Amino acid sequence: MSLIEITDVRKSFGSNEVLKGIDLDVEPGEVIAIIGKSGSGKSTLLRCINGLETISKGSISVAGAQLMDDEVHLKALRLKVGMIFQQFNLFPHLTVGGNVMLSQMVVKKTPRPVAEATARKMLERVGLSQKFDAYPDELSGGQQQRVAIARALAMQPIALLCDEITSALDPELVAEVLAVVRELAAEGMTLLMVTHEMKFARDVCSRVVFMHEGRVHEAGPPGEVFTNPQTPELKQFLGLH
Amino acid sequence: MIEFTTWDILRNLLLAARWTVVLSLVSFVGGGIVGLVLLFLRISKRKSARAFAKYYIELFQGTPLLMQLFIAFFGLGLFGIDVPAWLAAGLALILWTAAFLGEIWRGCVEAIGKGQWEASASLGMGRLQQMRFVILPQAMRIAVPPTVGFSVQVIKGTALTSIIGFVELSKAGTVVTNATFQPFTVYGLVALIYFALCWPLSKSSQILERKLNVAHRNH
Repeated sequence: MSLIEITDVRKSFGSNEVLKGIDLDVEPGEVIAIIGKSGSGKSTLLRCINGLETISKGSISVAGAQLMDDEVHLKALRLKVGMIFQQFNLFPHLTVGGNVMLSQMVVKKTPRPVAEATARKMLERVGLSQKFDAYPDELSGGQQQRVAIARALAMQPIALLCDEITSALDPELVAEVLAVVRELAAEGMTLLMVTHEMKFARDVCSRVVFMHEGRVHEAGPPGEVFTNPQTPELKQFLGLH
Repeated sequence: MIEFTTWDILRNLLLAARWTVVLSLVSFVGGGIVGLVLLFLRISKRKSARAFAKYYIELFQGTPLLMQLFIAFFGLGLFGIDVPAWLAAGLALILWTAAFLGEIWRGCVEAIGKGQWEASASLGMGRLQQMRFVILPQAMRIAVPPTVGFSVQVIKGTALTSIIGFVELSKAGTVVTNATFQPFTVYGLVALIYFALCWPLSKSSQILERKLNVAHRNH
């Protein structure tokens, strides 16, 4: 059984169908890059996996937890998949440490000392242990995004969803975030990332999924997808003619 | 005819001003509690709850406070319930204050970006947890200046309760005028006392606004 099973998922916003039947199975430890034009549905797909969007048809399950539209099921699902956003979305009223500790204490009822120890460990992992007491607005974008990664990791998810996590960063800050992601991948974390970093996708990912007009248009190992695209749409997207 | 010194007048007005302060506090605290309930209804996932809060707010914001006082005072009397003036005054002011505070606070909650809801949801927090630990702490910073500012409206609103016979500052002003025949002195002093109550609040609202630096630190 796959870790993440996406079966015939359809999603409409009003009369506009953004996902037109997506099937995708993700094995544990896989690192998947979802690429495609804006409006192709890639972000929506990612948000559906974590229940931030409801789906109109089909099913999604993560390690046995089904996506359903009630708080109990959503919570069970969200404990298994963490999500990292383009805009970081750190809690500005809490310190870096507070950001990483909050959900552990509130959702998992972890006692404060344990949560703090975990938070320090996770911040260490993303190279920001010295920023424990800083506030988010004192950090650079790259640092904020690394805190967001630590915050997601502190919940010990079995998979991470990354929604264009480097798109809001200045070019020189992209590398530090990608380095963290690369390390996670090497440690065997299951990752699903929507990304425009083609080089990163080629180097790190085990599979590349090209989405076009709400469907998985082409998928395969990066070597194949990037060097030998089959469809005209992917060729055009990659700039090959 | 008895002569009244200015001190006599002022002393009596100040004694009555206590009731203005008490009524304001009761309205503000009570209105705050009911307003918080309204806020939660207003942003609830349930359509019926949202609709209820919306119509409540529209009703109380769309009718004069004076009419609300009359209805609380005379209306309940029609059903054989004898409502003392203080109760009608307190009740009407609480409900009126709640409508405004609920709406002010809704605006503050909605000013918090969608990303904060999504990030906390993706970490597994339930709706109440999101409100308590993520949204409200941020919304409160924005809410402090307009809330303190509105408390001035509440204080001035209590003046209307004089019409249903509640003896607070304004009513005392009328009573004292009737005894002294010095309306200008009396109402001048009444106005000064109101000003002494309201001005520090307005001022602190401004200071708080600058201190919390709402425009710049909120992102």
